[in-house]
Amino acid sequence: MMYEISKEPIDIQAVIDKVVQRNAGAITTFIGTVRELTKGKKTLFLIYEAYEAMAVKKLAQIGKEIEQRWEGACVAITHRVGRLDITDVAVVIAVSTPHRADAYEANRYAIERIKEIVPIWKKEHWEEGEAWMGNQLETVAYPSGKPEESDLNE
Amino acid sequence: MNKVLFFAHLRDAVGGAEFLSVDAGGKTVAELKAELAAKYDLPKMDTVMTAINEEFAANDEVIQAGDEIAFIPPVSGG
Repeated sequence: MMYEISKEPIDIQAVIDKVVQRNAGAITTFIGTVRELTKGKKTLFLIYEAYEAMAVKKLAQIGKEIEQRWEGACVAITHRVGRLDITDVAVVIAVSTPHRADAYEANRYAIERIKEIVPIWKKEHWEEGEAWMGNQLETVAYPSGKPEESDLNE
Repeated sequence: MNKVLFFAHLRDAVGGAEFLSVDAGGKTVAELKAELAAKYDLPKMDTVMTAINEEFAANDEVIQAGDEIAFIPPVSGG
């Protein structure tokens, strides 16, 4: 299983091990962690929630996009759900490719795509309250009811 | 019947239920959205995407009996 939603802490090395391949010259790893301060506001902890079946499918779609765009790429992604404390690991993305530049680029692509199309939400808990985060500025609307083609198929 | 799933602030808005059973067969996504938005006073529905059977669906798509529908607020994973 290259794409997973996990209720348990993520084993970072296990995600990396999934993309080891003889033709790889590089593996990049992105580790997303829970930050304490956002614009001066102190987060106590987060709750992540996922539409799990669809989230796994969308992670797999991102992997497929990467394999089409960067030849020889191999991708593994695990995203955590449940309660996470400050510094906890929320997501791990491992990408291996024959050459290092591709591994960096493809990994960046994966995290940006997760933030567009994977049905996972976080609820921020602060000292003075809590709120589900979406697009905080509410600048994104979907007039057709779904992301535009350009969002879905980069 | 159709299972309609809610997440994040929408789940709070429908009283914490993970899903509702709704007869949505033959309705478009937009019609179901409008109906539930009115019934449960759902906020910010213009930013909410919809999935049918775990794939994003457009507002004009027609729902079949048995389809699993999910309302997907702007995501915030990563």
